[in-house]
Amino acid sequence: MNTLNRTALYDLHRSLGAKSIPFAGYEMPVNYPLGIMKEHLYCRKSAGLFDVSHMGQLIISSTTQPMQSIATELEKLLPIDILGLGEDRQRYGFLPNSQGGIIDDLMISNRGDHFFVVINASRKEIDFKYFKKNISKEIDVDLIRTRSLIAIQGPQSEKILSSQIGELSSLNYLDVKNFLYNGEIMWVSRSGYTGQDGFEISLPNNLCEFFCKSILEQEGIEPIGLGARDTLRLECGLCLYGQDLKETITPIEAGLKWAIQKVRRTGGEREGGFIGQEKILAQIEKSPGLKREAFSPNGKAPLRSGTKLFSDDLGKNEIGLITSGSYSPTLKRPISMGYLDHTKFKTGDLIFGELRNKFLPIELTKLPFVPTSFKRN
Amino acid sequence: MKFTEEHEWLEPDGDTVKVGITEYAAEQLGDIVFVELPDVGISVTKGQEIVVIESVKAASDILAPLDGEITEINDAIVDDPSMVNTDPKGEAWFFKMSLKNQGELDGLMSEDEYQKHIE
Repeated sequence: MNTLNRTALYDLHRSLGAKSIPFAGYEMPVNYPLGIMKEHLYCRKSAGLFDVSHMGQLIISSTTQPMQSIATELEKLLPIDILGLGEDRQRYGFLPNSQGGIIDDLMISNRGDHFFVVINASRKEIDFKYFKKNISKEIDVDLIRTRSLIAIQGPQSEKILSSQIGELSSLNYLDVKNFLYNGEIMWVSRSGYTGQDGFEISLPNNLCEFFCKSILEQEGIEPIGLGARDTLRLECGLCLYGQDLKETITPIEAGLKWAIQKVRRTGGEREGGFIGQEKILAQIEKSPGLKREAFSPNGKAPLRSGTKLFSDDLGKNEIGLITSGSYSPTLKRPISMGYLDHTKFKTGDLIFGELRNKFLPIELTKLPFVPTSFKRN
Repeated sequence: MKFTEEHEWLEPDGDTVKVGITEYAAEQLGDIVFVELPDVGISVTKGQEIVVIESVKAASDILAPLDGEITEINDAIVDDPSMVNTDPKGEAWFFKMSLKNQGELDGLMSEDEYQKHIE
């Protein structure tokens, strides 16, 4: 039997009454006594604290090469603008395979003398090996296990976090900054995965529980589990690796073209030159049929990941698949997203999802279901 | 009131029994957002999946506690599934059924036995 990994907050989660589930090899809280619905709404209205220490934290650096060379090397693996990523700025990206499919999606920061990359828990060993294998031997890739990762999200997150670590108002969306906390350095980015204003904090494992307890003593914040993390990201149309993203789906099919800056596209100053470029650049020019789309089930039943989609209510003509679906606590109705041939359908069209041998009507709609609210100046 | 290992309660109600889920089950399921009830008049056998409950996170089935026939369903919980979380042993009953063999009710757990079962 495989034993599950625990994060530095394992004891705290237990003392807070968390209900735990296995997730990507970790025993993680799915919800606390408040429950998914109230945790979700609380985060939208005030603030939530999430343990995301199961995610991978990579340091990419070099003792012999300047940052520019590391960036150039990384641009061979990532189809995004890394040379143009300013110091202490963060950006969303993904690692394509040779077929243009997504090995993982990630957040990358330029920290002046190294790059800091946050990767999905389920993919961290795969990504680590992939970087090691495919990047110049002059460049070091380290998967750090001595630091935890905490997200504080929601409209009150700035106020609550600044009460513990200092002024945050100068930090804009996707800015990164170091903060000294109890003699240790915290790496704080203004980002997250709820579609709201918020922060992600990388800090030493041995400080994590103390820090989180101090945060939770503040007014207006509750611990939030993976259950609400899933509904929060889904409402804002954010992808979950393993469901909405996988090795057989390209970033263009996934609707992530926006993350490939013009400079890397055909005609750009540094066009292509990355693994998977043939398929990805071709799809930017000529949109693929298959696309990630948003669905609004007409009934009350949530249509979840794995639900087959049909053009008819008899289940004769299969047209696609739902990859994420749940009940939206904000909208108080089910929401789903998934893949179908978008050239054959348009917003407002009615399709059908198979659930328990019934074919339930679903309306094609647009992402996001709930608008994002990042802090941009 | 009697209880099953599947966390249902059964309360005699005239010639029929009223069936719902226990507070323990409601808490375990989490926030309930969808309930699908069986048709009135159908015959059910013990262990048959006759109710679907969906929480935010997942779908679950509720099984027929004994053999019998569905005589009435509680549409209120279909309209407002959250009632199952707030009042599982009261207003949020699921259905009423007539039992094929009334005596089978005695074979189910008492409240004390059920409390021990979930401990």
